[in-house]
Amino acid sequence: MLLQLHEPGQSPAPHESDRGLAVGIDLGTTNSVVAVARDGTAEVLRDADGGGLIPSVVHYSDDGSVIVGTAARERLLDEPDRVVSSIKRLMGRGLEDVKSLAGTLPYTVEPSPEGGMVRLRVAGRVLTPVEISADILRALKARAEEAQGKTVDRAVVTVPAYFDDAARTATKDAARLAGLEVLRLVNEPTAAALAYGLDNASEGLYAVYDLGGGTFDLSILRMEKGVFQVKATGGDAALGGDDIDHAIAEHFLAERAAKVGPHTITAGEAKQALMVARLAKECLSRSQGGDWVMEVDGKPSRHFLDRATLDSLSTPFVERTIAICRAVAEDAGIAVADIHGVVLVGGSTRMPLVRARVAEFFGKPPLADINPDEVVAVGAALQAEALTSGSDTLLLDVTPLSLGIEIMGGIVEKVIPRNTPIPVAMAQEFTTYQDGQTAMSIHVLQGEREMVDQNRSLARFILRGIPPMTAGAGRIRVTFTVDADGLLTVAASEQTTGVEQSVAVKPSYGLTEDEMAHMLRDSLEHARDDMASRLVAEAVVEARRSMLAVASALKADGDLLSDDERKAIDAAMELVERSTHGTDRDAVNAAVEGLEQATKGFAEKRMDRGIRQALAGVSVDRLDDALGGGA
Amino acid sequence: MSVAAASLAVHPCWSCKGPVATRALFCSVCGAVQGPGATDHFSRLGMVPTFEIDRDVLDRQYFGFQRRLHPDRFAAKSPKERMLSQSQATALNEAYETLKDPLKRAAYLLKMLDHAVDLGACGTISDPELLMEQMEKREEIAEAETVAEIATLSAAADAEVLACQCHISAAFNAEDVDEAARLTLRLKYLTKLADDARAKKIRLSRG
Ligand SMILES: Nc1ncnc2c1ncn2[C@@H]1O[C@H](COP(=O)(O)OP(=O)(O)O)[C@@H](O)[C@H]1O
Ligand SMILES: [Mg+2]
Ligand SMILES: [Zn+2]
Repeated sequence: MLLQLHEPGQSPAPHESDRGLAVGIDLGTTNSVVAVARDGTAEVLRDADGGGLIPSVVHYSDDGSVIVGTAARERLLDEPDRVVSSIKRLMGRGLEDVKSLAGTLPYTVEPSPEGGMVRLRVAGRVLTPVEISADILRALKARAEEAQGKTVDRAVVTVPAYFDDAARTATKDAARLAGLEVLRLVNEPTAAALAYGLDNASEGLYAVYDLGGGTFDLSILRMEKGVFQVKATGGDAALGGDDIDHAIAEHFLAERAAKVGPHTITAGEAKQALMVARLAKECLSRSQGGDWVMEVDGKPSRHFLDRATLDSLSTPFVERTIAICRAVAEDAGIAVADIHGVVLVGGSTRMPLVRARVAEFFGKPPLADINPDEVVAVGAALQAEALTSGSDTLLLDVTPLSLGIEIMGGIVEKVIPRNTPIPVAMAQEFTTYQDGQTAMSIHVLQGEREMVDQNRSLARFILRGIPPMTAGAGRIRVTFTVDADGLLTVAASEQTTGVEQSVAVKPSYGLTEDEMAHMLRDSLEHARDDMASRLVAEAVVEARRSMLAVASALKADGDLLSDDERKAIDAAMELVERSTHGTDRDAVNAAVEGLEQATKGFAEKRMDRGIRQALAGVSVDRLDDALGGGA
Repeated sequence: MSVAAASLAVHPCWSCKGPVATRALFCSVCGAVQGPGATDHFSRLGMVPTFEIDRDVLDRQYFGFQRRLHPDRFAAKSPKERMLSQSQATALNEAYETLKDPLKRAAYLLKMLDHAVDLGACGTISDPELLMEQMEKREEIAEAETVAEIATLSAAADAEVLACQCHISAAFNAEDVDEAARLTLRLKYLTKLADDARAKKIRLSRG
């Protein structure tokens, strides 16, 4: 019988206790929430008044100080050009995208010289959405640290399932900037399902309907004994409660124009009208009607809004969500009747109209026993605990949008279809189309449409050094890899010669490594130290793994060694052990290298023994005891 | 076991450098996760290579392997282990996606039997009988105007897909590989037809 130090693959993370805390963060368009889980129970971290939501609003002062949350939102009307809200809508967006949102955005966009992500002018500063999101994340980190009395340095951050690669990368960059290592990006509906699944021990197919301020997501999952398998996902990254606010505000302004006469309103007045509209909308989730006062041009006007009018103003948007529900189910070949339950997520699902339509469409009353504002953060916290302390829960997510590359005629050839389980790697071969062609331009796109310009451009790069051949003879293999965070890497290689080029897709609308480095330096005094200590931490993890591996080998096959050989290995181990207590990464790596050298002969003896035993036909099973992980 | 076979069955663990069975997922000595290695999709999921499979068993096997190999299990591990787990999970996903789809599964089995069927090519149909049949059916679908008409056609197309799958199964059981290959190609067109009919049914029923 072999001595085992631990179950294969199940060893506890080394020295988990000396790491900071890992939290779950719902970084919302309108509100953000941070939660922490212990022993499978998550707790939302609240302010003194018991509120779990932090408005995703940031105020910048001239002196450079930053305020996040309710206090920032309160200044929205008085200092509109110092306050930023709904920044999530601009994550990973370029100037072109923003033009299409024109008029719906409450801030001034700065033209960015070399393309790339949009920049905003706020309080005399020019900021990217990544930096602004990082400020929100810092506030969440601070809240968690204060509540827990512990450093928080790792997080599971949620993103809308329908977020594209650029927006996901931007979110990860923002966390890095805020001093948080992203353990995993988890899709919001999946996180919500996790929060429900663990509580209710539910089984079967479930839909998660998430309608927030600015985004709509629908996911259909299968839940079963700790497995959350996403079957299909869809949504609209620009559909939410904000649209309803706009409809109500327009309705009020039209009423006013009829009574008081037409008047062109200022940006400040528009913001105020939107605030009144939102207040009215939220109030009508509990009451049947009410009066609201709006002030334009110094003259107040009174407006009555009842449920019926609100419902008719909201119907077009709610119907759009229902159409998406239908399309997602059909696309996945799932009959709506087979869906066992619907989980409601997001503040806008408090609207009675939304609840009624969802209940009608799915043919059953929706589940809302976990606060729809907090359920995503709760799921994220549970996943953060699972990732750091281990758990049996399994989240199997999918790609929300198809990924492909441009081929001749401006057409997109899909490489990875949407709703493919991740992580995934798929390759497609393309041939050269000109005699003597030595380079090939590769344009990576995301979306469902056939033509290039109807999809989102993620990146372009050029594979060079193809040896000149006749047209069609050069075979270029393009491999797309999507990791468990949903992030894409593209590699291209010429098959006959093996010329290779790989890019982690830095989205067209992303930040370059240089820009990131700059921001890290600018905004975080200790950024450099942070970076360095992270590298040391990684080296130490690797060193401990080596030591554990050698210790296991000594237990199993130590009898192969003479006393002297054993002493040499022990000495090398001792050096590694000592190096891990320091902060010198090179010293750690050198010690590990030394251990490798010292165990070379031992490894050879072990291999000889293994092959001899395999020859005797007895021991392959011994070396194979971890085979058959099924069921 | 020959020396060659023995050195194929055993190779050095990347972590502790000792011998580990080539097909093992984890080293039995140091516990380190191993790379996915080259194996067929059926063996990867611990399934017998047959056309007829129990979908529940496939799911259970897939979940079982993912439970141990998914990157979420390795979030706190060294970069090398995280990378290997990603490769393992990727290989599992590829195997699962191939085996759960009857058309892909049939084509894959044929490939294992050295009888490649090209599912990607959407060119002309070389079998004249199949060609005629497909043209007629396409025309029917194109001409259907009411929901009732297309619903009937769609149901018929779905039934044909199922029937063809039964025939494929029988052909594999009878070890008639040529017949299985012919039917698999047929299944490809029938599936396409059924998808189109379903899409049109959805379109018409939305009005
Ligand atoms: N009681 C309510 N009735 C209707 N809408 C509400 C209510 N409470 C919040 N909302 C709306 O929910 C949206 C914010 O939801 P939330 O889930 O926090 O959004 P996000 O995920 O986009 O940050 C806003 O549009 C807000 O007006
Ligand atoms: Mg939300
Ligand atoms: Zn080992």
